[in-house]
Amino acid sequence: MSPDRIAPLAVTARTVTTAVGRGADALLRALRERRGGLRPCGFDAYEGCHFELPTWIGEVDALRRPVPEALARFDCRNNRLLEDALLQDGFAARVAEARERYGRSRIATILGTSTGGLLQAEAAYARRDAGGRLPADFLYMETLNASSTAVYAALRLGLDGPAWTVSTACSSGAKAFAAAERLIRAGLADAAVVGGCDSLCLTTLAGFGSLQLLSSQPCRPFDVARDGISIGEGAGLALLERVDAPGAAGGVRLLGYGESSDGHHMSSPHPSGLGAELAMRDALARAGLAPAEVDYLNLHGTATPANDQAEAQAVRRVFGETVDCSSTKAWFGHLLGAAGAVEALVCVLAIEAGLKPGTLNLDTPDPACAIRVLADNQDAPVAVAMSNSFGFGGSNCSVVFGAAS
Amino acid sequence: MNAPLRAAVLGTGVWGPGLTGWDAACRMLRDPDPAVPPEPELPQAPMLPATERRRATPSTRLALAVAAEAVGAAGLEAATLPAVFATSAGNPEIVNAMCVSMAERDYAVSPTRFHNSVHNAASGYFGIGASSRRPVTSLAGGDAGAGVGLLEALVQVATDREPVLLVCVDVGYPFPLSEVRPMVGQWAVALVLAPPERGPGRTRLAASLTAEPRPNPLLGHPALEAACAANPSARMLPLLMRLATGRDGPVWLPAGVAGHLHVDVGSSA
Repeated sequence: MSPDRIAPLAVTARTVTTAVGRGADALLRALRERRGGLRPCGFDAYEGCHFELPTWIGEVDALRRPVPEALARFDCRNNRLLEDALLQDGFAARVAEARERYGRSRIATILGTSTGGLLQAEAAYARRDAGGRLPADFLYMETLNASSTAVYAALRLGLDGPAWTVSTACSSGAKAFAAAERLIRAGLADAAVVGGCDSLCLTTLAGFGSLQLLSSQPCRPFDVARDGISIGEGAGLALLERVDAPGAAGGVRLLGYGESSDGHHMSSPHPSGLGAELAMRDALARAGLAPAEVDYLNLHGTATPANDQAEAQAVRRVFGETVDCSSTKAWFGHLLGAAGAVEALVCVLAIEAGLKPGTLNLDTPDPACAIRVLADNQDAPVAVAMSNSFGFGGSNCSVVFGAAS
Repeated sequence: MNAPLRAAVLGTGVWGPGLTGWDAACRMLRDPDPAVPPEPELPQAPMLPATERRRATPSTRLALAVAAEAVGAAGLEAATLPAVFATSAGNPEIVNAMCVSMAERDYAVSPTRFHNSVHNAASGYFGIGASSRRPVTSLAGGDAGAGVGLLEALVQVATDREPVLLVCVDVGYPFPLSEVRPMVGQWAVALVLAPPERGPGRTRLAASLTAEPRPNPLLGHPALEAACAANPSARMLPLLMRLATGRDGPVWLPAGVAGHLHVDVGSSA
């Protein structure tokens, strides 16, 4: 049974920060200039811990400035990254305007993260005392607890509406859009700050290493020589409002979303992408679109052998071979809990700028992935764009955006 | 300001000290036994194959046990239900073990331990165990987890007009995180919620947001009051008490940074 069509929502502010730079313009420039942000993994995790691994990562530089004094208890790498992101593209200022318009209790804050402030706990464990106790300056609820991401943003932006963190691994940032749309449709909010923020930590790097899913080179989505993911960090944020809101004329719309489960395995995708297919079909149904109306598909495209092959099969069943697709993960890495949000923002920018980004590091397309994966960028109008995000636990989400008609 | 979110309760599942299943919970909540209830043995994770069942973590076992109980009571198949999981910490003992490994520079972590470290491990096992392709989400609301989970589930019922499974689960951390995040007991609560017309004769919920919560009805037992104050999932106990006793009336749950959920429970809600 397909879901019913939903009313579009306006994206009235948006911003994105990744290893290629802070703000939407930095990402667009990097996409146009084919300049990726990945580099060999030498991660200064915390004082006294420099972590090297034979892989490449997308690290956001200079996250050294603490969060503002009033929220100092929340200071950790993830919230520093979130704070930096909020300051780009006038995002916080646009939210403040919306707060004046609707009232602070009428704006929801729904953000995705996977590991959130875990690095803060890793650093604290390295400083346990002789009795094994954590240092007194480690603040659990404000850093390690996954709710910290949404709570920090809500407090920072002065929002009292419903606020929570979605943590479904690599689909988190996409599913935040779905939850926020429902809150607005149900009348519990007039606007929502949505997206995701996830930052590097040792557990993620070591864990994906143990699964033998890390690429030894900058990741190469859909290439026949792909050998795994490049992990990155980043944040993507959007402000959603009803289309009749002041200032919402024109611009980009959230048209639909689809969520599904694989019901298959904790860390391997369903081999033929059955859950992924369902997510894409439900997203199209909510948007009231036929597959042929999608101009650009931002693939999950992690560059693991298993993901790209399974995703290609699912895409082929939904779209045939006709839709222009790409994975942008070779620019900034796999952002895990923020991937769905940042790649949703790639779709928003693709529509705004009339750009179908290609796929960095794609030299020899894998013949086993028979879909139209763009290697080169294309300057072309994009009226409708979809983003795919799939995560551990078999959690899938696709999100569709379109130009305002 | 808005019409309340309405749902019928089709099924309930619970596991915690003194409340090992809904029948036991009804006895305890209707006529509290003054003895302090012991921490019960963990239930098996009923939906999983035997190999996975043996390896399942406490939080996954609790979550799947209450999910199965609620879904069974509703007379529905788990694979047909969208599900909302709410947990403060996911698998706390795995997070602790990973942090210990990282601090000791032991980076060769077990792949199983790593994929169990994600916040949505229990919800992932639910999807696998139920062979479900339906949407499953996993929410983190800190101490307000049960409230935000209930809110998301009620919103899904209101917007998509079909039954939804809610599962709240919280178990404590081992030392040393237990010192900075104390938690009382291991608790899991599940509800199957449906549009009111899908549950004639069932107890109904009518929920709205408020900035001014009031005191919840008393649970009649100091151990349950203590759990309610120091285990996010046990914050569902006042709601369960109303369901178990049929004493209609309101309950309040924190549901965000500042907001609370005001839930009227009863046949006329």
